[in-house]
Amino acid sequence: MKGIITVLGQDRVGIIARVCTYLAEHGINILDISQTIVHGYFNMVMMVDLSGNKDSFEQTAAGLEDVGRAIGVRVKLQREDIFDAMHRV
Amino acid sequence: MISRFEIQETNRMIEESNLDVRTITMGVSLLDCADADIDVFCRKIYDKITSAAGSLVAVGDDIGRQFGIPIVNKRIAVTPIAIAAAGTGAANYAPVAHTLDRAAAAVGVNFIGGYSALIHKGSTPADKALVDSIPEALSGTERVCASVNVGSSRAGINMNAVRRMGEIIREMARLTRARGSLACAKFVVFCNAVEDNPFMAGAFHGVGERDRVINVGVSGPGAVKRALTEAKGADFETLCETVKRTAFKITRVGQLVAQEASRRLNVPFGIIDLSLAPTPTVGDSVAEILMEMGLEQPGAPGTTAAVAILNDNVKKGGVMASSYVGGLSGAFIPVSEDHGMIEAAQCGALTLEKLEAMTCVCSVGLDMVAIPGDTPAETISGLIADEMAIGMINHKTTAVRIIPAAGKRVGDMVEFGGLLGSAPVMAVNRFGCGPFIRRGGRVPPPLHSFKN
Repeated sequence: MKGIITVLGQDRVGIIARVCTYLAEHGINILDISQTIVHGYFNMVMMVDLSGNKDSFEQTAAGLEDVGRAIGVRVKLQREDIFDAMHRV
Repeated sequence: MISRFEIQETNRMIEESNLDVRTITMGVSLLDCADADIDVFCRKIYDKITSAAGSLVAVGDDIGRQFGIPIVNKRIAVTPIAIAAAGTGAANYAPVAHTLDRAAAAVGVNFIGGYSALIHKGSTPADKALVDSIPEALSGTERVCASVNVGSSRAGINMNAVRRMGEIIREMARLTRARGSLACAKFVVFCNAVEDNPFMAGAFHGVGERDRVINVGVSGPGAVKRALTEAKGADFETLCETVKRTAFKITRVGQLVAQEASRRLNVPFGIIDLSLAPTPTVGDSVAEILMEMGLEQPGAPGTTAAVAILNDNVKKGGVMASSYVGGLSGAFIPVSEDHGMIEAAQCGALTLEKLEAMTCVCSVGLDMVAIPGDTPAETISGLIADEMAIGMINHKTTAVRIIPAAGKRVGDMVEFGGLLGSAPVMAVNRFGCGPFIRRGGRVPPPLHSFKN
């Protein structure tokens, strides 16, 4: 299953490192990353492959939220299907 | 790959514009629970509902988490009890309502619909017993919703039933006067009721349906309003295109959720009801859409046209987004559940008469409207007759969910709490219609030709 991770918050050192470390430790492969910073506001979207992950979707979503909380940004994991459904005919 | 902008747009719709899936409603047939003994019947329906919908809430919540979109309500609709329970021969069906209430509580849904009768042409003894027990059933239960279909374009209007509806609405208001006459908010009178509507209080599982079915109601007035804000001042072509595009996107999410719920619950997918259903939250309002279109207040001249445009383009956008569209599908205009409608009624912009005109082109009818508690039963029947006539002549579903708030006068507020919101008591025309309502009998169906 593919997932979309969105990360939003004030920019600081190590946001990508912390999120990616969590993903690596849990066997989640990153397929694509797009990231910008506008007026100090960090905005990242990642597409990931969750098939190598042993945790449930819920555990992973909660784990990523915890990572975000620890560094003061909001991390959200969603299944890719919702975006495909909405934007692709 | 999906672009960052598309991902942001979806999440903005959810987080800032209150886009949600309003309800996953499981329809459950109770026809196979028929029994001559009402206690046995009650036991059978309790067992069937709790086993069919046991995991509905957990699955709904889990889907919501995975897609990152709130699924606000999980609900159940059952076969009209006047049909399912007819074999019991009971004189009072209130014990059935209590059983439905317990079953709904056991599986954790907030409403269960189907304490209903279809009497557009006439009543069986079971229909009569059910209708007579509605005030007791709704005032003594928390989660049960009732509806009665009293008219159709094919059969005309059962005016004996219309007369009786006025009486039972007054009775329900009296029995629950300490709670803002709340029972009336759980009761709908229909013309052309649909069998697959997932929205309460009018949901029931039609006899033409399968044993179990998943119907999903999507919402999202906030997302439509936001899109229109970006098209400010544009002409009607752009306005309509904007509504259509947004409705398409909203409905696609509903379709995805419905298919996922159907697969996980192993229950066939029925329909998507693509309705714009407001909530009392600011930014989740149909009234705000009308104002964004350019009306100073809902109720101003131009409102009926605006509602017609909105309703039609929601359908046009949604139809392509889903394999099966059904239910009521359009724009709801409940007064108490929409802060913009409440304000319009309070400032005198929105009257009952204008609301009635809007119901000619909206998806349902007079919905969650509070009127003075001393409004005579026959006057309430007159309001119902008007709404039923609109539905019958125009081949559309119309409904009346009206609350004669006991002890309240024009301008007072009635609090219902939660999604039901609060309603300002609106003025009703003070001239009577008693002799008209007391005639009784049935209005024959209209011509289906010569449409002018």
